[in-house]
Amino acid sequence: MKKSELIQKVAEQHNLPKTKVEHIVNTIFNSMKDSIIAGERIEIRGFGSFTIRNYSGYTGRNPRTGEPVEVEPKKLPYFKVGKELRELVNTVKTKEKAPAKKAAKAEKAPAKKGKK
Amino acid sequence: MTKADIIDKVYESVPGLAKKEAAELVDAIFNTLKKTIENGENIKISGFGNFIIRTKGSRPGRNPKTGENIEIVDRRVLTFRPSQILKKTLNDEK
Repeated sequence: MKKSELIQKVAEQHNLPKTKVEHIVNTIFNSMKDSIIAGERIEIRGFGSFTIRNYSGYTGRNPRTGEPVEVEPKKLPYFKVGKELRELVNTVKTKEKAPAKKAAKAEKAPAKKGKK
Repeated sequence: MTKADIIDKVYESVPGLAKKEAAELVDAIFNTLKKTIENGENIKISGFGNFIIRTKGSRPGRNPKTGENIEIVDRRVLTFRPSQILKKTLNDEK
């Protein structure tokens, strides 16, 4: 899905002109971008959070020529998936496994109670 | 920055938009993104980055506390790849 498809979908769902939704979607991503560039942390409940990670420089190598290359220290945005979304992403594939996991948790819980 | 701040930005940027409406639209946008990801589709936002779903096979792991060998089951995970533009802007701003 591209940004234009996202705009299209939300515009249809809410019966709004595409230009309006486009403006809103752009405002959202631009404000997130500005916030990241300002070094701020972003947290969207149920979706995930963005933090800036600092990477120190190191001497790398050009894999083709083997020649040493200095890699400058850099900052990169890092996205940590929220719990809800992380579970949603994984549901389809582990449908059969999910109940087993729950069963294991259920077994664990009463055991804890027993200890108390 | 939280969702409330994003809603404020949207509210300020669209004249005549009620705050409640701004909140609903921001929620709708994030929900659409979530549903798309849930369906296994990648998302590309130009100038921002891509959200990519990766399928990982099962692998042997170990409980670090007990040292017990366990199997880590196959799973799907979501990763974010920032766009070149975002990376560049972030590092130019030093």
